[in-house]
Amino acid sequence: MLKATLKSVLARKLRLVLSGLAVVLGVMFVSGSFVLTDTLDRSFKDLFATVYSEVDVQVAVRAKVDAGDPEAALAGTLTADDLKAVESVDGVRTAVGDVIGSARPIGENGKVLTTSGAPRLGTAWRDGGQEELREGRAPQRDDEVAISAYLAETGGFTVGEQVSVLTLEPKRTFTVAGIFGYPGDRDSLGGELTTAFTEPVAQQLLLGTPGAYSGVTVRADDGVTQAVLRDRVQAALGDEYQVKTGEQLAKESADEIGEGLAFFNYVLLGFAGIALFVGIFIILNTFSIIVAQRTRELALLRAMGAGRKQMIASVVVEAVVIGVIASVVGLGAGIGVGALLATLFSTFGGGSMQLAGIAVPTSAIVSSFAVGIVVTVLAALLPAVRASRIPPVAALREAATPDRPLTRLTVAGAALSLVGGGALGLGFVDGTLWLIMSGLLVSFVGVALLTPLISRPVVSLIGKLLAWSVPGTLGRRNSARNPRRTAITAAALMVGIALITGVSVVLTSATTSITKVADTQIKADLIISGESTNGESSGAFAGDRMDRVLATPGVESGFGWYNDAVLLDGQQKFGVVVTDVPAMERIFGLDAAGGTIAPLREGEIGLDQVAATALNLRQGSSVVVQTTKGEQRTYTVAFVLAKSRVVNDAVFLPRSVVDELALAKISSAFVKADAGVDVGSLRRSIEPLFADNPEVSVQDLSSYARQQAAQLDTVLLMIQILLALAILIAVLGVINTLALSVIERTRELGLLRAIGMRRAQVMRMITVESVVISVFGALLGLVVGTALGVAAVQALEDVGITDLGIPWAQLGSYLLVAAGVGVVAAILPAIRAARLNVLQAVSYE
Amino acid sequence: MTGNVGAAARAVDVWKSYGTGEAAVTALAGVSVEFDRGRFTAIMGPSGSGKSTLMHCLAGLDTIDSGDVWIGGTKVNGLRDKGLTELRRSQVGFIFQQFNLLPTLTAEENITLPLAIGGQKVDRAWFDTVIDTVGLRDRLTHRPTQLSGGQQQRVACARALVARPEVVFADEPTGNLDSRSGAEVLGFLQRSARDFDQTVVMVTHDPNAASYADRVIFLADGRIVRELHHPTAADVLDTMKSLDGDDRLVVA
Ligand SMILES: Nc1ncnc2c1ncn2[C@@H]1O[C@H](COP(=O)(O)OP(=O)(O)OP(=O)(O)O)[C@@H](O)[C@H]1O
Ligand SMILES: [Mg+2]
Repeated sequence: MLKATLKSVLARKLRLVLSGLAVVLGVMFVSGSFVLTDTLDRSFKDLFATVYSEVDVQVAVRAKVDAGDPEAALAGTLTADDLKAVESVDGVRTAVGDVIGSARPIGENGKVLTTSGAPRLGTAWRDGGQEELREGRAPQRDDEVAISAYLAETGGFTVGEQVSVLTLEPKRTFTVAGIFGYPGDRDSLGGELTTAFTEPVAQQLLLGTPGAYSGVTVRADDGVTQAVLRDRVQAALGDEYQVKTGEQLAKESADEIGEGLAFFNYVLLGFAGIALFVGIFIILNTFSIIVAQRTRELALLRAMGAGRKQMIASVVVEAVVIGVIASVVGLGAGIGVGALLATLFSTFGGGSMQLAGIAVPTSAIVSSFAVGIVVTVLAALLPAVRASRIPPVAALREAATPDRPLTRLTVAGAALSLVGGGALGLGFVDGTLWLIMSGLLVSFVGVALLTPLISRPVVSLIGKLLAWSVPGTLGRRNSARNPRRTAITAAALMVGIALITGVSVVLTSATTSITKVADTQIKADLIISGESTNGESSGAFAGDRMDRVLATPGVESGFGWYNDAVLLDGQQKFGVVVTDVPAMERIFGLDAAGGTIAPLREGEIGLDQVAATALNLRQGSSVVVQTTKGEQRTYTVAFVLAKSRVVNDAVFLPRSVVDELALAKISSAFVKADAGVDVGSLRRSIEPLFADNPEVSVQDLSSYARQQAAQLDTVLLMIQILLALAILIAVLGVINTLALSVIERTRELGLLRAIGMRRAQVMRMITVESVVISVFGALLGLVVGTALGVAAVQALEDVGITDLGIPWAQLGSYLLVAAGVGVVAAILPAIRAARLNVLQAVSYE
Repeated sequence: MTGNVGAAARAVDVWKSYGTGEAAVTALAGVSVEFDRGRFTAIMGPSGSGKSTLMHCLAGLDTIDSGDVWIGGTKVNGLRDKGLTELRRSQVGFIFQQFNLLPTLTAEENITLPLAIGGQKVDRAWFDTVIDTVGLRDRLTHRPTQLSGGQQQRVACARALVARPEVVFADEPTGNLDSRSGAEVLGFLQRSARDFDQTVVMVTHDPNAASYADRVIFLADGRIVRELHHPTAADVLDTMKSLDGDDRLVVA
């Protein structure tokens, strides 16, 4: 029996390849994710080990509010006295004051240079530090800098040229005195861009305080361990200081990245899961078709005395064989893809991110085989049971099995859809991820079970729209011929399209909401804001610039805001200092829910409704506030804003705390023009005020809204690319179904050719069948996805997605893509059908 | 390209073999035969004698090694796929032993399929005549699975005739039918030759079926060995017996 099964697997190589391919792709995604994240994880560990290789202990000021932004200004600075105190600790060989802060160089095109995630740093040059000069010399004068080799390469700078840098202060121009690299001939440590100034300049530009240090790096005397020295330094300095060993810092940095990578891995595995879920449909379908085609053969085996268990075993063994082969191939392909992506990733930093060597973690191997085999066997189980139910007498009957009624299937489908929809609804309400995920899966299965019933009317309708010629009619009828087969094939496509559609609906709704808020709520004409790259925003400007903006003729009113994380009763909140509260009230159209909206005096704060509810505070309540640099103080809530679409979960602080914020600069400003003033010309007269800071842009409201919304487009594109894999697998499913149908209908095709059907007509017939199935799947996906999206939008109202937006054009394009997919999927089966030898086909058994 | 005007189909010294080297089988060894327009011809012979091969070669379903094959005024050998398809659609009708119909189409759609494929209009009067002759008027909307084997074969006959081809080829059309259903199909083929001037060529093993034909050709080892005109079933049986005696090796 086993031998017979193996023989039949090998005899049907095409079937093996096609059904296996779905598993291969899924497994590839799984193992690829593991290999990629493992390689990156180890590479980052190596990187940070290098970064901290010459650090035994590092001292910094303990953050009072941890904002977690690498380029953000520091929690506080150390003084020369602090440095002396460290130096005098027993066991300290050297103690060097570090000056590290954010420095963004401007490229030759006048734009600020960006990285793909790595920081843009400024430091004070230290002779004998880790940096290794490659060209030129160290910066000696205040108008000189040394730059990292990768910065020189990215910006196209050479020794002797000018480079402009943005720091805490607006643009300053320096001469490149030297170019440096790092140990191990690295151009950069993980893709960072570093500018090294002389110490006084660095202190002024990066820390804003002459003579200050951002930290102290300590090397230990021989025989003194890092931990011992850390404890001694900590004891000497006290609790206001944070003292860590080099090893600790390397591990913490690597762990932080590792957490990010783990999350990234989960995301990739999520998409792999979707792909494999789709794969299950394909395999289920393939095995069902195979069992149907082998009905006679299987019945013959039964007639000869094979037991039911043997029948099940024969199908399951075939599934295991396919699962194992597919897992091996998928694992191999995944290792390749993971290595490729890791290499690609490493080149982002100009080859500066040295890969730790590709290895295959055990998790990749175990999960590949587990997933590959389990998925295949699971999918084959149902057809296996069906095979075992074939009565021996079927061997004697004509193969045409009557259509089994769809009642049970439909009832089960309706029940599952309801359960899944319910779980999904609950999940959306509480934001429980596992409920959402399982709700999604169950509803997809439910809809898939309902699909055969829907397929009859819908498929014939689609077919009538698409096909009028004779081959078209035949193709349409073929697609309606086996509702289950068509339904599963279409359902596989549905999953991918539904997810893409759902995401599109949510993101379009977000865009619509942003635009709507901009159009209806914000009465500003111009918005002055910094650019935000890598999620970090830079391009803040000093308060006096705002005064000059307000003094510009044609400006009616306006306000700027400073922001920073603050702790309210220990909870981190988004803190804002507004230069002119009444102006904000007017421009944002705010109402008070408690108290009156007025400029905040010393000791007063304002809250919006969301924050007030979250903190359980009312007008008149007192609350302990901790700012980044200030001391803890008790404030009274002066006003609570009514629910607004512009302000969400914010704490307003009085102007007196500006200097206690990490960065005492305005991050954005809203300006209203005098009636009758042309906004365009007002913008042109305000822009020169920021000529020295290319990170600041002055935009009218609608382009600001468009820019905000455009960021979502990138997210959508990423998700579309990842979900495209699910669609690719579904396409394999369509090809598979068609190919098997072509084999099944060999005799019919032969007959058609015998009575004079042209090759082109045969191909058209297959193509119509394919397109009908694909369009059907896409329509299902669009409907289900739109429903999902609408539900999600309802649930996300609190996050600010208040308006439903249906991306009709995108939905239309998905439908077109599906039709295109249908045409592409039909190519190979159609060619195969057209190439059939008429005589052989007619006498095909 | 002009053929014999009187012959609907013609083979001239046709050779055909399968396989190469030691395994080579000569299926047709210099067959020359003409099928006159409006005549019903039966081809008989032991199994493996080349009957199906001859028919396939005549109909352009299979290629020949040498010789010439004509359908009406068209030389079949040398035609490319496009020409052959065109030939099959308009000049040739087929009736196979079984599996003649598309399961997704009704009887009527199956019958008009060759016209539909070619984008031609159905000649209603002719269609009605054919339908009435095969007696399928009340079965037109049925699917093949709802028809008996005999009815299915009659639908196949109607389909073969509806495009008014030059020749209708039937390979053991009654092989799977009981004698009554077989008689209906045979009677219909006979009438289409007699009444509608339709050329019909039929392969059969059954002497009784052959007796419906105007002419019976006997093949053995890829050669035409005997020919009878307007025979009775008994004549055919006798001839078969005598041929068996001639060549013991090809006893069926
Ligand atoms: N595709 C093929 N490949 C190899 N040999 C073939 C092929 N088709 C037919 N033959 C051989 O050619 C010879 C004639 O075959 P053909 O099918 O024409 O016989 P037939 O007279 O129709 O027989 P039957 O009465 O059994 O149908 C036989 O010896 C057969 O084995
Ligand atoms: Mg034969």
